[in-house]
Amino acid sequence: MTRILAVARRRLLHSIPVVAIVVLGVFALLEAAPGDAVDAYLVIGGGDAEMIQRLRQEWGLDRSFLARLGAYLTALAHLDLGWSVAFARPVSAVLFERLPNTLMMMAAAICFSFSAGTLLGIAAGARPGSLRDRILSLVSLGLYAMPSFWLGLMLLVGFAVKLAWFPLGGIESVGMGKTGLARALDIARHLVLPVLSLGLIYLALYLRLMRTGMIEAWRSDYIRTARAKGLTPRRIAFRHAARNALLPVVTMLGLQAGALLSGSVVVESVFAIPGMGRLAFEAVTQRDVPLLLGVFLISTLMVILANLFVDLLYARLDPRVAAEG
Amino acid sequence: MRAVLRRFATGGGIAGTVLFALVVLAALLAAVIAPGDPMAMAGRPLIQPFSDWRFPLGTDRLGRDVLAELLHGARATLIVSGAAALVTLLVGITIGTLAGFIGGRLDDALMRLADAFQSVPTFILALAFVSIAGPSLASVVTAVSLGAWTAPARVLRAEILSLRRREFVDAYRVLGMPPLQIAFREVLPNALPPVITLAAVIVANAILVEAALSFLGLGNPNSVTWGAMIAEGRAVIRSAPYLSAIPGVAVVVTVLAVNLIGDAANEAIHARRVQVP
Repeated sequence: MTRILAVARRRLLHSIPVVAIVVLGVFALLEAAPGDAVDAYLVIGGGDAEMIQRLRQEWGLDRSFLARLGAYLTALAHLDLGWSVAFARPVSAVLFERLPNTLMMMAAAICFSFSAGTLLGIAAGARPGSLRDRILSLVSLGLYAMPSFWLGLMLLVGFAVKLAWFPLGGIESVGMGKTGLARALDIARHLVLPVLSLGLIYLALYLRLMRTGMIEAWRSDYIRTARAKGLTPRRIAFRHAARNALLPVVTMLGLQAGALLSGSVVVESVFAIPGMGRLAFEAVTQRDVPLLLGVFLISTLMVILANLFVDLLYARLDPRVAAEG
Repeated sequence: MRAVLRRFATGGGIAGTVLFALVVLAALLAAVIAPGDPMAMAGRPLIQPFSDWRFPLGTDRLGRDVLAELLHGARATLIVSGAAALVTLLVGITIGTLAGFIGGRLDDALMRLADAFQSVPTFILALAFVSIAGPSLASVVTAVSLGAWTAPARVLRAEILSLRRREFVDAYRVLGMPPLQIAFREVLPNALPPVITLAAVIVANAILVEAALSFLGLGNPNSVTWGAMIAEGRAVIRSAPYLSAIPGVAVVVTVLAVNLIGDAANEAIHARRVQVP
């Protein structure tokens, strides 16, 4: 346990400069964007030159670069991400309202792609070169080449328009007054197609990784030992080969967090899900830079947290991971 | 080299090369097969594919020839992804070589920078960059490269680290060659092979990111792109799903071809025989 705590401490220290660089980068992008917060504010309310002058002074926008950076950091420390022009509300309020939908979709996509991908990867890697392996490898190659938004559109055409098995979009049926279990089921039905279009691509990735890991494992000495002991092939595949092949897949989980957030931008736009990804797109179309960078900052922090969690999980699974180094 | 080529010529390697050659051919012949502006109206709107020989793949909502758009889109896709891969490799190679060969503080700083870029959701970064810089060929290429340079940089750094203590480096030092010249002229060429196999991954990723950007309306506004075609087809997805399906198939085929080539090249260079139990 102390080993894992030490890993946690080291990783936390490690992520401090990373967060600092990201925050500085976001500030640089904010500065580079045309117009400032006052211009944005005036779009809604309007005002005269004197008011503009007063607001700029009040918000510290007429001061030096360093002072503006200081003001930005102070605001961030108070969880103030700025003012969203498009929604006429604080950015953080809009963000935290949208976050649960995205988290729900991501969690479902990760569970789906991880469990189905590793199982199919074990199936493919158990006997490399077999017909089953070839078919699975071919399917995963095809899936891996698909843009998630296009896969989503095609699923939408097939399963929502033609077959009408699933709703066309949105997160839940509006105005049905559903509560409790009925509401949960309704949301689940809305999430099937978006989760598939996000998850199928990563399923292909996990399948490939798991398969490679299994093939690698078949060549190692401990498998030979297991076989010499007379264990059944199924038992060797699951208990011995798969366990070790799983490690690179776990590492990939952390990397997937960022890729899923990226994917949620297009998938949420296709399925009209009011989540954080769609918020990023809305911010782009409405030219709402503070909102866009707020999404950017929060999603980066989420990725850093996810990676921290995965590192700890990895340290727990692999006793060779030491606290140093 | 001949042995590597022979190992490359597996089923996947050949299939990938043929598919990719078809895409390149489509891009080269776009102006011959479909002369004129592909964005101009050519006929009646919403002609179904395979129903009119003048428009083999049909026409879209505005009566534009889908085949012409598809061919010109191949050109745009190859230009953007090729340029993005080139920029990504150049930046990654430069940063990786500097970090690996000079080491010390510079290495620490550059690797923290790489950590930061790897924590960022790359597509949201690309979105933010293009929306602030304005959509153009240059901004799309930069946006794609921003999220991709870390992989070649890390691979190259690791490779350089393992090379820089070799005797030939000491020999050049004794000869009085400046360190940067040793790094880029003598060490770098020896460290390149693993980065070159990464190139396919970078190109495939660039095609997908570019498609997603233009799907959201942030692609290069001066050319037809497959992503924009898919987005355009969305408006009539119920009555004419082929408008979104066709350019999507083109994206899948191109990315698949690049991935197949990359896999085969990787196998050929590493030449590891898979032992079947």
